Amino acid sequence: MTRFASLIDSVGHTPLVGLPNLSPSAKVRLWAKLEDRNPTGSIKDRAALGMIRAAEADGTLRPGCTILEPTSGNTGISLAMAAKLAGYRLICVMPENTSVERKQILAMWGAEIVSSPAAGGSNEAVTVAKKLIAEHPDWVMLYQYGNRANADAHYETTGPEILADLPEVTHVVAGLGTTGTLMGIGRFMAEHKPEVKIIAAEPRYGELVYGLRNIDEGFVPELYDASYVSSRFSVGSRDAVRRVRELLEREGIFAGLSTGAIVHAALGQAAKAVKAGESADIVIIIADGGWKYLSTGAYDTDIDTAEEFLDGQVWA
Amino acid sequence: MAVEVRIPTILRTFTGGEKAVKGQGSTLHQVIDDLETRHPGIRERLVESDNLRRFVNVYVNDEDVRFTGGLGSPTADGDVVVVLPAVAGG
Repeated sequence: MTRFASLIDSVGHTPLVGLPNLSPSAKVRLWAKLEDRNPTGSIKDRAALGMIRAAEADGTLRPGCTILEPTSGNTGISLAMAAKLAGYRLICVMPENTSVERKQILAMWGAEIVSSPAAGGSNEAVTVAKKLIAEHPDWVMLYQYGNRANADAHYETTGPEILADLPEVTHVVAGLGTTGTLMGIGRFMAEHKPEVKIIAAEPRYGELVYGLRNIDEGFVPELYDASYVSSRFSVGSRDAVRRVRELLEREGIFAGLSTGAIVHAALGQAAKAVKAGESADIVIIIADGGWKYLSTGAYDTDIDTAEEFLDGQVWA
Repeated sequence: MAVEVRIPTILRTFTGGEKAVKGQGSTLHQVIDDLETRHPGIRERLVESDNLRRFVNVYVNDEDVRFTGGLGSPTADGDVVVVLPAVAGG
């Protein structure tokens, strides 16, 4: 389907393309689901739209409402687009070290930004947002980390799209942030093709990000249910940068940095399948395009400089 | 079985500021017990009631041990153990 009644209606329906140059063999194939093709350029359009529709349906969100959301960027941008079209005011709480492009894009769509300390990363943004919402009970926090509509959006759209386009799918690899993508796809596959393995790639944040936080105050999103995940990989900055460049050079796909971590985990999984002599069709979720990260130097500086710069940045 | 254990900033008070320390053991459990002998107090920050603390993620060669046997996960010579607090994107 290529004709839609409005921009909102065009969310999802993203292409799945083969990665013939990165696939290790004819039996072990990699596929990229291009979520950068969504209206604001990231997979978060699905969750943002799902959460807004659910909140409108249950009466939480009414015309003229102010939405407040803790975000490292992409969800905020998606919400800003949807809020603009629906006439809501949007305030985003985001870590001060997120890339400058994200702040510019948010401002362009009319969102207001409240900065939270870089040292706490996304966790601190959540804490600040919770404090603000307590002071403004008339505002609505959709709260992507605990909002079931976030995961439901992927249960209802991303999962079915993957299975329809690739019935032989064996693995889905995606980034672990709010966990909505993996929980939604995982629940869908558990019900429709339970043998599919769900692999989480966790970008290893620079240590400065959590340097000041007490380890006991770490944050696990309420949506997270380990029973839907088969394996979790932690990926460092260097490997993420290397892989995102490899994806660009060998397959022509210009992806964001968390996708580099996802590709690294997927290639690790592919290598395991090759070693075991098994066939595999591995879907990689391309979370967003590389446009918003150009200022980081991830694509054009030497890899040591890029790695150094990325330590301490918020990726997802 | 000598493995390298990478320590997050917040736990470096137990390792005298060292970012990475050596550990011995053929399971993660043994490695953590071994660390405790040289860095007293670190075990309690990682383990609670014989399970990993909820907010602590431990990876052996980048794979989360919760999916490979938890504290019983095997460790081999040259393995790299990474300890990270939970984080979130979005």
